[in-house]
This record gives sequence, C-alpha cells and structure tokens, in this order.
Amino acid sequence: MLRDITLGQYYQTESVIHRLDPRVKLAGTLLYIISLFLFENIAGYVLAALFLALVIGLSHVPFKFMVRGMKAILFLLLITVVFNLFLTPGETLVSLWKLTITREGLHNAVFMALRLCYLIIGSSIMTLTTTPNHLTDGMEKGLRPLKVLKVPVHEVAMIMSIALRFIPILLEETDKIMKAQIARGADFESGNLIRRAKAMVPLLVPLFISAFRRANDLAMAMEARCYHGGEGRTKMKPLVYQRRDRLAYLCILLYLGCKVAVGVLL
Amino acid sequence: MSIVKTENVIYEYVKRDEEGNVDGVIRAVNDVSLGIRQGDFIAIVGHNGSGKSTLAKHMNAILQPTQGTVWVDGMDTRQEERVWDIRQRAGMVFQNPDNQIIGQVVEEDVGFGPENLGVPTEEIWKRVEESLRAVGMYQFRSHSPNRLSGGQKQRVSIAGVLAMRPRCIVLDEPTAMLDPSGRGEVIRAVRELNQAERVTVILITHYMEEVIHADHVYVMDKGQIAMEGTPREIFSQVEKLQKLRLDVPQVTLLAHELQQRGLGLPDGILTTQELVQALKELK
Repeated sequence: MLRDITLGQYYQTESVIHRLDPRVKLAGTLLYIISLFLFENIAGYVLAALFLALVIGLSHVPFKFMVRGMKAILFLLLITVVFNLFLTPGETLVSLWKLTITREGLHNAVFMALRLCYLIIGSSIMTLTTTPNHLTDGMEKGLRPLKVLKVPVHEVAMIMSIALRFIPILLEETDKIMKAQIARGADFESGNLIRRAKAMVPLLVPLFISAFRRANDLAMAMEARCYHGGEGRTKMKPLVYQRRDRLAYLCILLYLGCKVAVGVLL
Repeated sequence: MSIVKTENVIYEYVKRDEEGNVDGVIRAVNDVSLGIRQGDFIAIVGHNGSGKSTLAKHMNAILQPTQGTVWVDGMDTRQEERVWDIRQRAGMVFQNPDNQIIGQVVEEDVGFGPENLGVPTEEIWKRVEESLRAVGMYQFRSHSPNRLSGGQKQRVSIAGVLAMRPRCIVLDEPTAMLDPSGRGEVIRAVRELNQAERVTVILITHYMEEVIHADHVYVMDKGQIAMEGTPREIFSQVEKLQKLRLDVPQVTLLAHELQQRGLGLPDGILTTQELVQALKELK
C-alpha cells in the first residue's frame, strides 16, 4: 500500500516527453497548473483534459501508473469535495437533516475535484518522465539567475534530488518496520484518530533514527567521492535546448493562448 | 613506493554522557604502522570493534589521526588543501549499498564522482562506460538502482569509485549486507580489477573466505595489528585466529584437525584442491 505513491518515481521508457529538456517540463507544468486556476468554464476544463490526454499519450507511461498516484491523495480530495459540497452558501438543491447541498456547492465540488486531479496527474507526468537528477539539473540551471540574490540554488537542487532518491527506500523501510511492529502485536488499524496517531509513534521513532543514520552514511559517501558543492563541478548531461524543446514551448504557449481565449470568449 | 602508508596511527573517540561531559576516551586505533604497495590486494580482517573500519576511514582522509601520520600517494592526510586529491587517489566503497548511491539511474551515479572532479562532459561518458564495463554492469546503465540486487548495487558503487580513476580502492565491508551469491559477485569483480587494471585493493572484511586471494593480510584486534603475513602464513595459525574470535575456512580447519590427529599435512591449506592433493601425496 505504501509503495503506491508515484510522485517522485521515474518510469523508465522511451518517449518524446522523456527526452524533453527538464526546464521545458518544469515551466510547462507550472504554466499548466496556473492555467487550471485561470478561468472557470466547462470548455476550459475540456481543453485542459485534452491537453493532458495528449501529453499522457505522448509520454508512453501507462495511465494506471498516474492513477495509482491519485490513491494517496484520495483522502485530501474527499475532504475538499465534502467541504465544498456542504459549506458553500447558495441555492438549495437537496436538504437532508442539517446538511444542505447547494447548486454552487455542487458546482464547486465537482470543479475543485477535477482541478486537483488534473494538477496531480499533470505534475506526476513531469516526475514520471524525468529522472530526479535531470529534474534538479533543470531547476538548478533554470533558477541560476537567483544566485545573484544569494539563493543557494545548487544546494537546494541537490537536497531535492537526494530527498526524491530516498523516498522509495524510506517507504520500503516504513513497510518493514510496520510489519515488524505488527508481528509483535502493534495495532495500526483500529481505534479512533487519536489512538491511531499514537500508534504511529513507535513507527516514526525507528524511522527517524534510520533516516539520520542513512543521511550520515550518504554524506560520508558523497565526501568520499569528492563532492564539495556546486563550484568547479561539470555535468555529465549538460542541458542544451534542442529543436523539440522550442517546439514544446510553442505548444504550451499555444495551449495557454487557447485556454485564455476560451476563458474570455465563452 | 607505498600507495598508503601509516606511521604510529592512533585514533581516539571521546565518549560523552547525556549532559555532554567527557565520559571516557576510546582508542579505536592504537599505534598502527603499515605500508601498502601499489598494485597489491590487501585484506584487513578483525571481528566487530577491532578498529578495522576506523583505520579504513583514515585512508581517504574521512578521519584524521589523533596522533601519527597517514600518507596517501605521498600526501599527508592532514593537509586540508590536498583532501580532494587524496580522495580521488584513494576511493572508498562502503557497507550499505543503498546509502552510497546518489543517482537515480546507474550511469548518473557512476558519473557523480567525475562531475565533482570537474572532468569535461565527453570524458565523463567515456569513464562511465569503461567503469561499468570493468565491473560487468554496462547493460544496466539506464536502470534505476532500486531495482538491482545488493551485489549489483555494490558493483555500481565500485564503478562509481573507478570512474574517478583512483590508484587505490578501499572497500569497507562491502559484502557484509549481501547474500552469498552477491558476495561472490563483488569479490570476483574486485579481484578482476586488481588483476586486470592493477588497482590497489584494500578489502576490509570479516569473512575469512574473502581473504584467501589477498597478497597480504592484516589481522586487527583491539585497535592493533595482531597478525600479518600472506594468507597461508595467517591460516597456518588456526589456534591464534580462534583466540582472536575469527573463523577459519572450513577446509583449513579440517586440515588442521587432521594434522592434530597425526596426519602429516602441511600448514595453511586454503582450498579443497590443495587438501585433496596433500591427502593423495600422503600415501
């Protein structure tokens, strides 16, 4: 169950999207997310869905991989829907006991859920088609101008890439500790929310200790391989924009233009 | 000339209690002097807490000696400005394969060292390919390290060190977390490197079977070198090894027991073939 989160998991295959420059994918994802919140109309959502479907098709990543990532945020999605559904004032549609569903509430709930789904799938396409190293390379190079403002761009990029690399390892470890605790009679499943949260303590303590130990080991291994910050470092895979990257930028801008046009006109 | 040389090296840990007061001093390495020749296969063995890993960490300047001196390729490890040169010359492979792989793809991880050294891009690719071929992992270059077995991950780690073109590789219990087949895989790769590329290998281990092929063996106990010599010299002293709480390969033990019962076998038999040969000659 814990291995289901696909965010930060690279899916190995050959596709146009995989080969794109990570800066394009980063900028594209950001623009796509912004576009989701720009206008609210059905045509706009259809357009966003079409664009998403096109990118999914081009990426050659099985759709079920992206849906699997959704399961993890199902709870968040549910809360959003419930809050929007019951707490939006407006014209009453159905009234049950103290709960009322309004037309505006229904509208908000459906569109909020759609937005969140698009957002998660959109950003998981980026992480599924880009290796974390590549992704952080993109961030590092794309954000380089911020170095003038003393933002530690290289360091942040390195931290991100290491965090992403260790997500699956720590998940596996959590699974292992959980099983070990269950084998000795720990109960993670029953009881109310507070009891369940309390049951997590014996899980988190060993996990934290192990994470610190790993961090220490990794730091030593990195130093042993002469890592000393971003200065004087060369790149194995330096980023250079290709023709397809310029084309991709054009596509994204085209989509954005259509989205704005649809939003303004309809 | 020695690639690694230590002279009267002492390393002390300061133990502190919960308030941070000094509780005592533990001497992990106590007056160790040794010289390792370029191109040799050296094994350092000892049971847990014998100081062998602490000593290993001196060999690429991760630790500095409390007293005494360590030279790597003629450079004193206490010269801070040479620290990156030293680490490039003496690469290090650690115990846990998961905690030393930085890249999300095998080839990116192998390229990490050369990137840090500022090697030009084309040269990095050349080195990555050579290193991966040297450990037999080239066909896995675009895989995620998470899907590899323990032995394969350790071979990737070795390739990562090789790509920095070191003169010496220190392996700190590289097989401790592996299953027997993974262990064999790693040791074969290491021996191959030593023989084909003439890279000096310093293998820290507590598995005595891995020691048999070494040119020279150091046995450590309580921070000191308790025994040294060729594997044959070491294994001919079965009682002494047992006193140091170290295992002896089964064949050696069998030959030793037979010898004790009055069979005229030579000392220090290391392999099954040797024992068979020696038994045949008895008749």
